[in-house]
Amino acid sequence: MRFGIAVFPGSNCDEDAFHAARDVLGQDAEYLWHKDADLKGADVVILPGGFAHGDYLRTGAMARFSPIMTEVRAFADRGGPVLGICNGFQILLESGLLPGAMLRNRGLKYRCEHVHLRVEQIDTPFTSAARAGQVLRIPIGHGEGNYFAPSEMLQRIEANRQVILRYADPEGRLDDAWNPNGSANAIAGLCNEARNVVGMMPHPERACEALLGSVDGRAIFDSIVGAFRSADQPSPRLRRSAMASAEAERLALQPSVVGAAGNRHPSLSMGRSASLSAGRSR
Amino acid sequence: MIDPPVLERHGLTPDEYDRIVQFLGREPNPTELGIFSVMWSEHCSYKSSRVHLKTLPSDGPQVLQGPGENAGAVDIGDGLAAVFKIESHNHPSFIEPYQGAATGVGGIIRDIFTMGARPIALLNSLRFGPLESRGTRRLVEGVVAGIAGYGNSIGIPTVGGEISFEPSYADNPLVNVFCLGIARASDIVKGVASGAGNPVYYVGAKTGRDGIHGATMASAEFDEKSADKRPAVQVGDPFMEKLLLEACLEVMRTDALVGIQDMGAAGLTCSTTEMGSRGGAGVEIDVALVPQRETGMTPYEIMLSESQERMLLVVKRGRENEVERIFDKWDLHAVHIGQVTADGMLRVKDRGQVVAEIPNRALTDEAPLYERPMTEPAYVAEAQKLDLDALDCLAEASTLEDLGALDRSAKAFALHSVADGRARGLQPGDLNSVLLSILGSPTVASKRWVYRQYDHMVRTNTINPPGLGAGVVRIKATDRALAMSVDGNGRYCYLDPYRGAMLAVAEAARNVACAGARPLGATNCLNFGNPERPAIMWQFARAVEGIGAACRALDVPITGGNVSLYNETDGRAIYPTPTIGVVGLLERADHVVSRRFQEAGDAVILLGDSRGELGGSEYLKVMHDLVRGMPPALDLDVEHRLQTLLVTLAAERLMRSAHDCSDGGLAVTVAECCFDTSRIGVEISIDRVQVARESRMNVCAALFGESASRVVVSVVPDDVIAVLERAAAADVPARVVGRTGGERLRMGVGGQIVIDQSVDDAERVWSTAIEQYVAKRVA
Amino acid sequence: MRARVFVTLKPSVFDPQGRTIADALRSLGYQNVEDVRQGKYFELDLATTEAAEARTVAAEVAGRLLANPVIESYRIEVD
Repeated sequence: MRFGIAVFPGSNCDEDAFHAARDVLGQDAEYLWHKDADLKGADVVILPGGFAHGDYLRTGAMARFSPIMTEVRAFADRGGPVLGICNGFQILLESGLLPGAMLRNRGLKYRCEHVHLRVEQIDTPFTSAARAGQVLRIPIGHGEGNYFAPSEMLQRIEANRQVILRYADPEGRLDDAWNPNGSANAIAGLCNEARNVVGMMPHPERACEALLGSVDGRAIFDSIVGAFRSADQPSPRLRRSAMASAEAERLALQPSVVGAAGNRHPSLSMGRSASLSAGRSR
Repeated sequence: MIDPPVLERHGLTPDEYDRIVQFLGREPNPTELGIFSVMWSEHCSYKSSRVHLKTLPSDGPQVLQGPGENAGAVDIGDGLAAVFKIESHNHPSFIEPYQGAATGVGGIIRDIFTMGARPIALLNSLRFGPLESRGTRRLVEGVVAGIAGYGNSIGIPTVGGEISFEPSYADNPLVNVFCLGIARASDIVKGVASGAGNPVYYVGAKTGRDGIHGATMASAEFDEKSADKRPAVQVGDPFMEKLLLEACLEVMRTDALVGIQDMGAAGLTCSTTEMGSRGGAGVEIDVALVPQRETGMTPYEIMLSESQERMLLVVKRGRENEVERIFDKWDLHAVHIGQVTADGMLRVKDRGQVVAEIPNRALTDEAPLYERPMTEPAYVAEAQKLDLDALDCLAEASTLEDLGALDRSAKAFALHSVADGRARGLQPGDLNSVLLSILGSPTVASKRWVYRQYDHMVRTNTINPPGLGAGVVRIKATDRALAMSVDGNGRYCYLDPYRGAMLAVAEAARNVACAGARPLGATNCLNFGNPERPAIMWQFARAVEGIGAACRALDVPITGGNVSLYNETDGRAIYPTPTIGVVGLLERADHVVSRRFQEAGDAVILLGDSRGELGGSEYLKVMHDLVRGMPPALDLDVEHRLQTLLVTLAAERLMRSAHDCSDGGLAVTVAECCFDTSRIGVEISIDRVQVARESRMNVCAALFGESASRVVVSVVPDDVIAVLERAAAADVPARVVGRTGGERLRMGVGGQIVIDQSVDDAERVWSTAIEQYVAKRVA
Repeated sequence: MRARVFVTLKPSVFDPQGRTIADALRSLGYQNVEDVRQGKYFELDLATTEAAEARTVAAEVAGRLLANPVIESYRIEVD
């Protein structure tokens, strides 16, 4: 499959995402210059980390006006999978593709370190290869990753099961001491209502090779590659049933879930394969 | 018009002025005087230091670029070059810690990409006064945030560094920043202007009045303008620099470029002059064409401005459009401000009218050169005396009050462990608290609070992150990796600058070798006081001699660097502080070694001899508040053999961890090997040394002495024989001193357990000490 | 005309910088500083002489770019 990696002036994790996609995963990858209104046939779009437009004014505030974002939005509207990492997440928030906003870290300092993430939802194209409740060790590197949403919005996000990753302790328990930036409900990763647009503050591309200290980021990339592959197959039913049992297992294992997520019966069919084929139409 | 006060404000002596008049055959105008003053300043001309720097070794088959360019370069195989340099930004960081440190990072990054290299790693070496002072904490927070703010934004990882705290830096912190980049060896770009008629381009941020030093303001005409127009503090813009970095590297991939240089110190003046001088050509520019941020700027101000993020390029004639298009793509505007000439002159025009005309040679090669007088300062002989028999080695550590700088919870740990030791009938249990005191001293303690603020992972190459020894980055698309370390010990250099400087080179190279890398080359940043004082000049000369001797013996030529003089406040100089950066090559990235023990049950081997040397040690400083004695002796042959052995052991995968013994000696080193592991403890047993009458002082010397050329390695039991054999063949002393395992730090001296301490408690003291100091902060 | 735009975090949004500044002020002895909210300030030079038009443009700019409506609110002054 082909990864399209957006490059804004000030992007600085674009090469890292490219390396993960092409050299580690062995997939096709293309850079998408922000002034070009062309996704170059990408099957998945990554908005990488960095400080687009200097992060001046607010992180991600100006990047959303780049021509490429018009294309990204249309691609997302067609159901195409979009992953925003760190600054890319901030851009998705600013452009309204995901709900909420980022504040400065609670400790007011930039933090770069490995954190533990609990996988909350696996019915997105970026988490389908993970187990629900699985704990991923992936690094963060940001000064403004303190996720905020007004309480009604937060309730809606939780009710829709849009929180896909939460900061947790190494055993997967939620604990404020393990929330590195003060994010509301320990939110580290989020999807939209259609579940094809995902934003996450941690950097999966920094955790794809054992030499770098963790391979847990592969779960995110393997998900999208797997989702794409299964979308090409006639029936994704097998995968859905596997997901269903994983979801059931998660609900059984999980004693307390922040917000309303745990109380809802999971709906299992996300139209993921449909969204992916839509994404590929070019 | 040009009278003694004007000369004094320009930092020029009457003799120097006569020399200027002689060169020009006339009196200089104010603009020319300004140009001379900055080019002949210590900072640009190295007039006090050059005679000494010339003695440093800078050759070797691996050296692709020695001193004299924007940065040095060494061959790292696969057709690639490592391009690196270290530079100081001490004074600006004291005035405005955030911006001073940030622009220091920006400057060194420009030096690297100017050579055609993509910067891939940063290190820094910082010196502050004691953390007990609120002022120091403010400086530390500002400097660290500034380094983070710039490096993180531009996306270059800070992969290591060092920090220490000493009263001599209280009013003069040191901020030394190192950057390394990778280039194709065949594509290294130089800062030359050549080919008469080739256009000269200006690109980057607009020119403002920033950085024009008050002391170099020229005629009365300029003096009338209010001082608030001329901020001395430069403000960095990492976003602009990121654009410049990408655009310049893209331009370099064409062959349309002749040469390029950043406008650092002395801005447009220095870049035009140096590029012309290197290319044996002249440069002619019109300042009216220079993009300006403020109105009413004079040629003098434009030539001397030190606004950040600006580059000067010489482009091949006929290729202008190609270059302009690339800059346009990055929303940068490249402006044609002049051309290369054949006459060897720096010619500055203002709307076509010549306002300065000076032979390049006069500004560079013919700049003054001084052999300044030097004398050994009186303090040295006295400070080198150390009477260990006069010290009571344990009294200081036995009560709560005497645990010095430790915060309350650390003291509680310390006392707890003392009681714990006594309860177990261990004598003398007090050494536990000595160890904790040293582990909690900010110079020794974990710097996690600092490096967590640096993005050390961006570019996904970092395989030894900060805190584990040398920083190591793999080189994508090859099997190789580069290890790098910056080290210096002002205390040692204060006591003996020659030996201290040698030890700094040895430590930096040893750290690189501990990671498994063969040291290839070095860069130095020489931080000293006022060179016009003979005592300071003596320190400088002796330190340079020491660096030269060590670099020759260890085969790490100096490929470039920087000198920072006049580091004084109210006539009190900092400790002489040469900072050495060493770069080494690992043939296989996956053979990288860190300081951490890997598994319980491994043998712990000490390479090198312990002689119980306590002169200038962290133990004396923390426990007795003394900076005395001779720094540890260094046998450069032994050191070289040790480093070669380390590289062999790593390549054969015989050592699972390696940690250099430095501040705090063997006890601290062994403890640090246990930290950041899954709580792997250790038990070691070492010999007593005989350095004092009192037996307990001898125990302290064995544990905390800082003898050089020692490394603690851990080895799988099956490999112990092989390691000992390799060491014997290399003629390096080696002995098994213990075994990893358990959850305690247990250390015996002369057959008696003297330290018995839970790893958890010790690690808590070590890992939280700096955070606890900073938490006392008031914004 | 010149429009001034003041952008601040909404009252419901926690402002850690403001709190830190307030703490610092109290530790400096300013016990009557109850709270500090920090924000951003913009000056727009507009090519118009109509105050109403200036205000309209400023409001549009503030709503579209200068402030993030999820977390920030803004106030405009025109002269």
